[in-house]
Amino acid sequence: MANTPEDLSYTKDHEWVRAKGDQATVGITDHAQHQLGDVVYVELPKVGDKFEASEPFGSVESVKAVSEVYMPLGGAVIEVNESLNDSPEQVNEDPYGDGWMIRIKIDNPAQVDALLTSIEYEDYIKEEAAE
Amino acid sequence: MSKTRIKKATTHVVQNEGLLFEESRPGRIGYSIPRLDVPEESEQRLLDPRLLRDDDLDGMPELSEVDVIRHFTRLSTWNYCIDHGLYPLGSCTMKYNPRINEKVARIEGFANLHPLTPPALAQGALEIVFRIEQCLAQITGLPAVTSQPAAGAQGEMTGLMMIRAALTDRGNPRKKVLIPDSAHGTNPASAVICGYSVETVPSRSDGLTDLDELRRHMSEDVAAFMLTNPNTLGKFERNIREICQIVHELGGFVYMDGANMNALAGVAKPASFGIDVMHLNLHKTFSTPHGGGGPGAGPVAVTAELEPYLPFPRVERDEGGDFRLDFDRPKSVGRVRAYVGNFGVLVRALAYILTHGDPGLREATETAVLNANYIAEHLKETYDVPYPGRVMHEVVFSDKRQIKYGVRNADISKRLIDYGFYPPTMSFPLIVSGALMVEPTETEGREELDLFIDAMKSIAAEAAENAEQLKQAPLTTKVGRLDEVAAARKPVLRWRPGAGSSRTGSNSA
Amino acid sequence: MRYIPNSPGERRSMLADIGLEQIEDLFDQIPEQLKLREAIGIGDPMSEPDLLDYFRALAARNRTEYQTFLGAGAYSHYIPVIIDSLISRAEFFTAYTPYQPELSQGTLQYTFEFQTMICQLTGMEVANASLYDGSTAVAEAVLMANRVTRRSKFVVADTVHPQYREVVSAYTRNLGLTIHTVGHGEAGTIDPTSLGIDRDTAAVVVQSPNFFGCVEDLAAISEAAHEAGALLVVAISEPMSLGILKPPGACGADIVAGETQSFGIPLSYGGPYCGLFATLDKYVRQMPGRLVGEAQDGEGRRGYVLTLSTREQHIRREKATSNICTNQGLFALMATVYLSTMGKRGVQEVARQNLQKAHYAAAQISKIPGFELMFGAPFFNEFVVRTPQPADQVIIGLLDKQIIGGIGLERFYPKLNDAMLVCVTETAKKEAIDRLVSALA
Repeated sequence: MANTPEDLSYTKDHEWVRAKGDQATVGITDHAQHQLGDVVYVELPKVGDKFEASEPFGSVESVKAVSEVYMPLGGAVIEVNESLNDSPEQVNEDPYGDGWMIRIKIDNPAQVDALLTSIEYEDYIKEEAAE
Repeated sequence: MSKTRIKKATTHVVQNEGLLFEESRPGRIGYSIPRLDVPEESEQRLLDPRLLRDDDLDGMPELSEVDVIRHFTRLSTWNYCIDHGLYPLGSCTMKYNPRINEKVARIEGFANLHPLTPPALAQGALEIVFRIEQCLAQITGLPAVTSQPAAGAQGEMTGLMMIRAALTDRGNPRKKVLIPDSAHGTNPASAVICGYSVETVPSRSDGLTDLDELRRHMSEDVAAFMLTNPNTLGKFERNIREICQIVHELGGFVYMDGANMNALAGVAKPASFGIDVMHLNLHKTFSTPHGGGGPGAGPVAVTAELEPYLPFPRVERDEGGDFRLDFDRPKSVGRVRAYVGNFGVLVRALAYILTHGDPGLREATETAVLNANYIAEHLKETYDVPYPGRVMHEVVFSDKRQIKYGVRNADISKRLIDYGFYPPTMSFPLIVSGALMVEPTETEGREELDLFIDAMKSIAAEAAENAEQLKQAPLTTKVGRLDEVAAARKPVLRWRPGAGSSRTGSNSA
Repeated sequence: MRYIPNSPGERRSMLADIGLEQIEDLFDQIPEQLKLREAIGIGDPMSEPDLLDYFRALAARNRTEYQTFLGAGAYSHYIPVIIDSLISRAEFFTAYTPYQPELSQGTLQYTFEFQTMICQLTGMEVANASLYDGSTAVAEAVLMANRVTRRSKFVVADTVHPQYREVVSAYTRNLGLTIHTVGHGEAGTIDPTSLGIDRDTAAVVVQSPNFFGCVEDLAAISEAAHEAGALLVVAISEPMSLGILKPPGACGADIVAGETQSFGIPLSYGGPYCGLFATLDKYVRQMPGRLVGEAQDGEGRRGYVLTLSTREQHIRREKATSNICTNQGLFALMATVYLSTMGKRGVQEVARQNLQKAHYAAAQISKIPGFELMFGAPFFNEFVVRTPQPADQVIIGLLDKQIIGGIGLERFYPKLNDAMLVCVTETAKKEAIDRLVSALA
């Protein structure tokens, strides 16, 4: 059973968000890393890059697959987790901690409310599995 | 793990061998060329000293002829190949590579001919290019063929480029290409290189193109619909004429991926389906060797309407019967490869076609389809068949019945290696989860097919009896399952001096 | 039909075994009106001896016995006999792409060796498992430079092989990339100070030795490119030059793309050949084509595996770095066997002989009244001769003496109707060179 911390928000594309004021940290969920398998590479944007909500900002690769990662909110990238270059396995081992991907300055903090709660996300992945 | 079930293969002592650079010894030589016979000048005088190399080609090997022969001979024994047995690889058409084709390609008048030899002195070569294009036109029913593209993927790109050029001539190149969800990966990649975006059209539950979905997606923004027929599930698109109509009605073109031509040659001509352009894979249907990954060739056949857009040059025959290269092609999409194309591959494919003649080509197709149906029939009780019923030259199974034991298609494939076979295709079609795509081709005898069927049944039994052991497979190869995750995280893509050296290679770099 | 093991009798039995009556039943998926009712039209099958006769007769109409001085991207070098015996091993040439590494260690290891030697020769950090040929390798380099820099202008020297430039043009015209062709100077090379680069330039593409045989000043061009944030792409159609010339990697190249035909691959009227592609480690994930990497199995044994596959079409599909699937595997093996057989000594020796013989020929030709070297830049094994009559005429005159003396450049460079490109390799004996010289005089 995947781990889904209660204090975070989530998207249907399996990203998690830790929002504080007009900043947020973003990564992919435990469920997502489990589906992907061993992560071999994470492609991240540059500091300063700007994206709309739902735009892909990077990708996560396993040996046999690659998945895009999408912005949960519109904003600008203010920090990037460079340690993932040398240690992409952090995404598998600690998806909510050392496996964080980017920190953004949110364009519109009100958008945070539209994200899924941990319960809503857990229900969503249960539904997905049932299909 | 019971070994008595494995009939086709057994273990055998195989030589170890390190890398060339590990076997290299200073002072050894393996070559023989005549001595310099012109007066020697100082290199510093002939070339500016700043331009000269100063590293003595450091790191490159020094080996005797014996070392070289041993090295590559030992390496070769670690490979499986079609001459060992079946490759049940869907959509790859791994058939026998005839030796007469090899002999013909090596005839000195072909092998030593420079590509810029004046055409008057290369009439034999030009005739070969002309003849194979003619044969492929007859086989496909489409009047004009280019043999310039170096592979199927390049052929796809060329075909889409021609479509784009024709649409541009009409006033609007359009924006997208439609591709079924069962397509091979090169299809969308080729579309993108031509400046198109890709839209996927979902298939029906029986795996065929959904006409309603096609109508929904088809618009005047769509340049082309790319389809494979028979599709990657081994099913013939019964409604192909209607598919072409739907696309043509709104001014689009239909591109047919000809990778599965081994189901059609001599039995049906794709031109009669209504398609506009298709490529062929000479290294599939036409038996040219896969060579461990290439070379191939991907000729493209088109309707008369698209003929002006073919790459230049074209080989033309004048009234006197002489051949020449025609560069005067104002509407051509350009050149996709230097010189004429993969000439050596064209020679082999022409030899294949002429060896078979009309009856042989048909016989090959009939037997390919028979062999696939024979396998389908004998394994349908053992493996899930997501799209049941008659197939053409390939059949797709899935691992659905084995998953409950924790055994996936990759595990089945790896265990098949211990049984003496190469695994089937797994990476597509994407619409089948846990796919095992099997294409035997016509050059397999019944015994080999029976051994394959037997092996697959045995593996299914092992999945139920001892899944944990099965997942350790392969157990009998030179190396076991390799840690591809570590290889991708910290890629080591070349040898460097100082990397631990060992004949058995049991170090880590 | 001897390639079809199941005899007609066995086929009938198999049909019955799966509950069918006749072969036609197998094709009931095909609508009747689409079924072919007559023969394709190719004719009767040819027996093996007849087939050999047919092809021999065709081959006899190609004049390969003439003494040729042709280069221009395809080079005549001695091919050691052991190459053919090794690549003719069934386990090499009838093997599939090495997707299943446990069954393909032979193919994978020689590919790893190929990648290594391409790096050693070019001075670059990483090389792929081959591309189709030199022309498509350069086109792929342009696409890669666009991905890496996200810029869409390219400065391409007109001394890059004209056919390579045509292929680049075909590959880029639908992608919104602009190609600005910069002309050569009097010396036969590109002027590094007037390339016309700006901050929109993704890459400068030059060839060295260039199509005229001249060696370009790569270091200076590299500086100019890098100053503007552009990459340097170096095309190489004659890699034998790397036996003696400073490699592009030591001159600041970011991508090296070219041809390995010189390394043991027969001329074969233009193909198959084998493209090389090498770059810096930092760009490896943007590289097209297959890559072989080292790996270990559960017992710690070293093996090799296709890696970084997520760049490729079978996974990334429309976002792939290229659409390439098939490469030139067997021909990469030919090059690998050639380089192993020749080794560092042999490659240097062959390069030396090419340099010496070409310069001897050039010197002798220059002594003939009316003939001179057109360009003053240093050259390796090819040079351009200014001819007193139109070059095409001179070449036709030589044909009577069974010599193909070179290539007239007018068809590639319309202003150069008095220019003949001559290539002299280690295979040209002194007597042959002397015969060419007296035939020209």
